Amino acid sequence: MAAIFQGVTSLKYSTSVNSKAAFLYPSPRSVSEAKPSFLVVKSDANFSSGLISRTRKAQLNLPNAVATKADNKTSSSAAASKPGHELLLFEALGEGLAEEMERDPSVCVMGEDVGHYGGSYKVTKGLATKFGDLRVLDTPIAENSFTGMAIGAAMTGLRPVIEGMNMGFLLLAFNQISNNCGMLHYTSGGQFKIPVVIRGPGGVGRQLGAEHSQRLESYFQSIPGIQMVACSTPYNAKGLMKAAIRSENPVILFEHVLLYNLKERIPDEEYVLNLEEAEMVRPGEHVTILTYSRMRYHVMQAAKTLVNEGYDPEVIDIRSLKPFDLHMIGNSVKKTHRVLIVEECMRTGGIGASLTAAITENFHDYLDAPIRCLSSQDVPTPYAGTLEDVTVVQPAQIVTAVKQLCA
Amino acid sequence: MTFFHVAVRRHFPALLLRQTSRIFIPRRWNSGGAQADPSCKYEESFTQGIMEFPGGKVAFTPEMRFIAEYPDERIPCFRVLDDNGFPHRGFHDLVSKEEAIKMYKNMVTLQTMDAIFFEAQRQGRLSFYLTSSGEEAINIGSAAAMSSEDVVLPQYREQGILLWRGFTLREFANQCFGNKEDYGKGRQMPIHYGSKKLNYFTVSSPIATQLPQAVGVAYSLKMDGKDACVVTYFGDGASSEGDCHASLNFAAVLEAPVVFICRNNGWAISTPIEQQFRSDGIVVRGQAYGILSIRVDGNDALAVYAAVSSAREMAIKEQKPILVEVMSYRVGHHSTSDDSTKYRPVNEIEHWKIAGSPIARFRKWVERSGWWSDDEESKHRNSIRKEVLQAIQEAEKIEKPTISNLFADVYDLPPKNLQDQERFVRKDVMKHPQDYPNDVPL
Repeated sequence: MAAIFQGVTSLKYSTSVNSKAAFLYPSPRSVSEAKPSFLVVKSDANFSSGLISRTRKAQLNLPNAVATKADNKTSSSAAASKPGHELLLFEALGEGLAEEMERDPSVCVMGEDVGHYGGSYKVTKGLATKFGDLRVLDTPIAENSFTGMAIGAAMTGLRPVIEGMNMGFLLLAFNQISNNCGMLHYTSGGQFKIPVVIRGPGGVGRQLGAEHSQRLESYFQSIPGIQMVACSTPYNAKGLMKAAIRSENPVILFEHVLLYNLKERIPDEEYVLNLEEAEMVRPGEHVTILTYSRMRYHVMQAAKTLVNEGYDPEVIDIRSLKPFDLHMIGNSVKKTHRVLIVEECMRTGGIGASLTAAITENFHDYLDAPIRCLSSQDVPTPYAGTLEDVTVVQPAQIVTAVKQLCA
Repeated sequence: MTFFHVAVRRHFPALLLRQTSRIFIPRRWNSGGAQADPSCKYEESFTQGIMEFPGGKVAFTPEMRFIAEYPDERIPCFRVLDDNGFPHRGFHDLVSKEEAIKMYKNMVTLQTMDAIFFEAQRQGRLSFYLTSSGEEAINIGSAAAMSSEDVVLPQYREQGILLWRGFTLREFANQCFGNKEDYGKGRQMPIHYGSKKLNYFTVSSPIATQLPQAVGVAYSLKMDGKDACVVTYFGDGASSEGDCHASLNFAAVLEAPVVFICRNNGWAISTPIEQQFRSDGIVVRGQAYGILSIRVDGNDALAVYAAVSSAREMAIKEQKPILVEVMSYRVGHHSTSDDSTKYRPVNEIEHWKIAGSPIARFRKWVERSGWWSDDEESKHRNSIRKEVLQAIQEAEKIEKPTISNLFADVYDLPPKNLQDQERFVRKDVMKHPQDYPNDVPL
């Protein structure tokens, strides 16, 4: 939902859309049980202050109800429950991590500069002071080795959270992640388990250069034995962090460099999301748009334009990159019969490629048109800002693609 | 163990004198406090000829002297038993009679098991095998020095440790045949043993991946304050891997209780030492990382026992890593997929097999001590041989794990795509049973 709401006056486009576009109105609408989604606009004064103009990101305000089917703490009439507290996405990650470290003494963090420096994006800020130097461990610069170390520690009963300073550096840890992390539970016959969480900032940022703009989800997606999730809002960031730590499987949590300063109001009470579930961002009828991470915001921005022109896109943030939530995706495909995938991975061998295959295999009969997949160009990300913008999918391209699909 | 410490310290001053007059201040584990203002220190230290760099004080020198790349004298090798099995006078009470007999019997069992399993592969009954020939003393000597609580992360040539800890011949055979009693559930190739019960981590094929994991296990033991250490093994070839350098470094910085045992057996498949590194073996690297290290005669079971005992005691009490380089020779081929006569002279292999045999040397000592005889030797060898053959025969007949084991344990619970794939496989098997092996149950 890329709508920037500056008070009620911007709701003028509601008239051209049918009443199902009730996300504009501050009241719940009745929907089928499959997707309970109460979308409420909050006219917070702080709403637009969370926006960083340089990222051109839109503010998403998605209350608890969407995740209710996963967590058992909040009720479905969450719209009127406790006010919660506001924080930025990196703080939400840190909060989730701190809560899990309090709850379970075997949770520990390791990575470069995660201790008193607080991490490259300050996710682990304050943890070393609170939990000590050993539980929040600064390691020497050897990604393969500290990942291996975390695996060894996990096999002995700890629950380490490994931070890659930038996801791209975790390519150096590929050996440990693929040959050991994903495998040792299997090859040991179930004797040793590896409940690690591997996380870090990735994705195309703002002129960070090719080596710092890697999208590792495409490289890691084949590794059997690991799970992959991508967070996109403070709410799901905290929930997924907690779920990943509690999972008995190794989980790779993909964060995006440009989303760390997103602000949202999240519940005070504890909640844990489901690792394998997707998130319904905007229900619709005409086309299913599947996306994740930063591209969610480009999609929602395009959705604003599309809604203006009379289209009704259904936007799903797939969140779980391995395995895919084919239940929610399937239901959506069965309803709209058209699919557009918008991802930041490169065209070749990306998440979109696998998702296209999975949908074609499972829901071929429900498709009225071939699946479209918009991805980044198959090039190393250039440093020049103008060129960098061209390598990733922009909202205008999404609008064009939807129009072509629905034609 | 005081003799040992004296022996070690005696050699280090020589090393220090020859090399730089470096003053090393170890950094203790502290909570990252802010640095004091260094500006006034610099002035005073400049006039005194000492510089306080980050990392400690270093003295200046007007002499431009490069450190030698290779010491004039190589680091000597600690040994207890000489070639004829006579112990050095300082080590008479190192092990008891029971312990010595147990050590000897285990070395013989290991040798016999290796030989027969190797033959089984040549006969086509096993797909693969890897022996520890020539390294029986390393295996059993170090195993005997550890406690059962010490966690072992092997490379792949340390099956003697498992043997010592109680892994039965049948359990070895089960894993090699990949039958349904294998603890690995038939998922790994032979010799990739693993036993959580015996604190022996499952062998993983890629070289040196166990080294950083060992540091992680030590980190875990350190957090729990356990009275145990980690013992991890790697070969001369593995010492070239990046993981090896980084884990030695990590262990030193973290002050992790790990005993790193490098089995320097001269060959990494076909790569001899001269093509693997140019340093004086692995032991000299210890100092490079700030780790206490020693070189040991790996064909001397008592020396290995003494060194590893001491190492683990220091590792636990002083919470720091120790590096032990055990010198030996890989008598056997790298594995059943190798024919080492292609790249090394046969007489070299024969020399080490006979003259360098660790079992022969240890036997001389136990026999001379009156604890062993020819009669017991033949009795033991015969009975072990029978047991090994029986274990192989029995394990061979056991059926393989079921097809569901192909998909289980990839995750804690199989996700939908794996459930779908399993269903597909089952359907396929039902349709074409003749294309499916008959000893793999559904």
